Amino acid sequence: MKKSILLNSQELKITIDRLVCQLVENHKNFSNTILVGLQPRGKYLCEKILKILKSDYNIENPNHGLLDITFYRDDFRRSKKILKPSKTNFDLLVENRNVIFIDDVLFTGRSVRAALTAIESFGRPKSIELLILIDRRFSRELPIQPDYKGIQVDVYENQKVLIEWDDSINGNHAYIILTQDNE
Amino acid sequence: MNELSVKNLIGIKQLNLEDINLIFETADNFKEVINRPIKKVPSLRDVTIANLFFENSTRTKLSFELAQKRLSADIINFSASQSSVKKGETLIDTVNNILSMKVDIIVLRHPNAGAPMMLSDKISASIINAGDGAHEHPTQALLDSYSIREKLGEVKNKNILIVGDIRHSRVALSNIYALQLQGANVMVCGPKTLIPKYLHKLGVKVEYNLEKALKWCDVINMLRLQNERMSNSFFPSIREYVKHYGLTMSHLDSLDHDILVMHPGPINRGVEISTNVADSKYSIILDQVENGVAIRMAVIYLLAKKNIYKIQ
Repeated sequence: MKKSILLNSQELKITIDRLVCQLVENHKNFSNTILVGLQPRGKYLCEKILKILKSDYNIENPNHGLLDITFYRDDFRRSKKILKPSKTNFDLLVENRNVIFIDDVLFTGRSVRAALTAIESFGRPKSIELLILIDRRFSRELPIQPDYKGIQVDVYENQKVLIEWDDSINGNHAYIILTQDNE
Repeated sequence: MNELSVKNLIGIKQLNLEDINLIFETADNFKEVINRPIKKVPSLRDVTIANLFFENSTRTKLSFELAQKRLSADIINFSASQSSVKKGETLIDTVNNILSMKVDIIVLRHPNAGAPMMLSDKISASIINAGDGAHEHPTQALLDSYSIREKLGEVKNKNILIVGDIRHSRVALSNIYALQLQGANVMVCGPKTLIPKYLHKLGVKVEYNLEKALKWCDVINMLRLQNERMSNSFFPSIREYVKHYGLTMSHLDSLDHDILVMHPGPINRGVEISTNVADSKYSIILDQVENGVAIRMAVIYLLAKKNIYKIQ
């Protein structure tokens, strides 16, 4: 299995900083904005963003939550794929608020489609935007595009794009790894 | 583990500990769902479920129906009193007729023990036992254990007392299996005539004195007298039963520790449980009802998940 690093931890930091900067540009003090980390992997990026908002922009604890989309997927009963739900931690109403979905990798767009349905359980948002760290271009199955994206990559369907978040080493250490299963 | 080891939920006896843990973990997620402003997920929008109730039920039927609706399943309801069963149709014929309507899951309550098991050999749809005679009532036992786990952190090593009409109770048997599987200690208490003779062979402690049993337990599960299943007289009078086995506030006040009071419903106030106790801070009866919906959603979801199909 071949692994190649797309972004090292320094580049990753610069990318996330830029994404946060763009968010602040559009959402000012976040008073009418809710950040929604899509479980399971969007949680880590959401946490990083919250940290930077606090340290660099003095925006402390903006409205945020974690949303699990397992029960809204469109492949239930259609494959043997493991669908293990994660915890939804969301005690807010999104009625008339600006929602930002946060996830690490955008692939087929089906998770985001499920999230668009899932968020309706908490009201009718004024707007929904999508923030993505890695956009797997050319692999979309639905008409969904990110509003904020870290980097764009072109990879084959049998390749995986993974982000390993590991804060335990050197304070902040993250990899983006490209794996090719049949090598 | 991400999948149940069984295709049908006939009884707790057929489950293993991993199954129970998976059901509880999934129920945790559904409990969050049913506390949202919009309490519905679309997971089962292509699943049809038939609720076949050959015996009266209020709580279980409502709870199953609500669970199915929260999962967006299509449901059909059937009760024996308003059906062709009265005209002499057999159980298998009734079920086969309903299955011709392309039903994926059957929830069955039947007065005869073993009815769901018998049916499971004959049909391809998944069956959930909603109570069969005095045999098992698995979803009730699951929600009882889930409620204990929620209040006390875990079921393992807890002392659970089941009081009342053990002989005629499917809730008691399912609870005994479920609690023991999770490592709890189980004791039953009631009049000798209402405790089956060989119950101790299941590894259950038997005590005939309620006061003694109360001192031992962390949780008490009060059962109702199943008058509809009693063909003989098992005790001299209700008054005498209440005197010896009715749970009152003075019982709870006399203990040196707090206990949880549970009841599967319907409760007979003033018989097995006094009004004060049923409405007290010790009672988790209404938590059990709420958890019932989450548990049934989890069971239905997990069984539906096993039935993978391809649109041709």
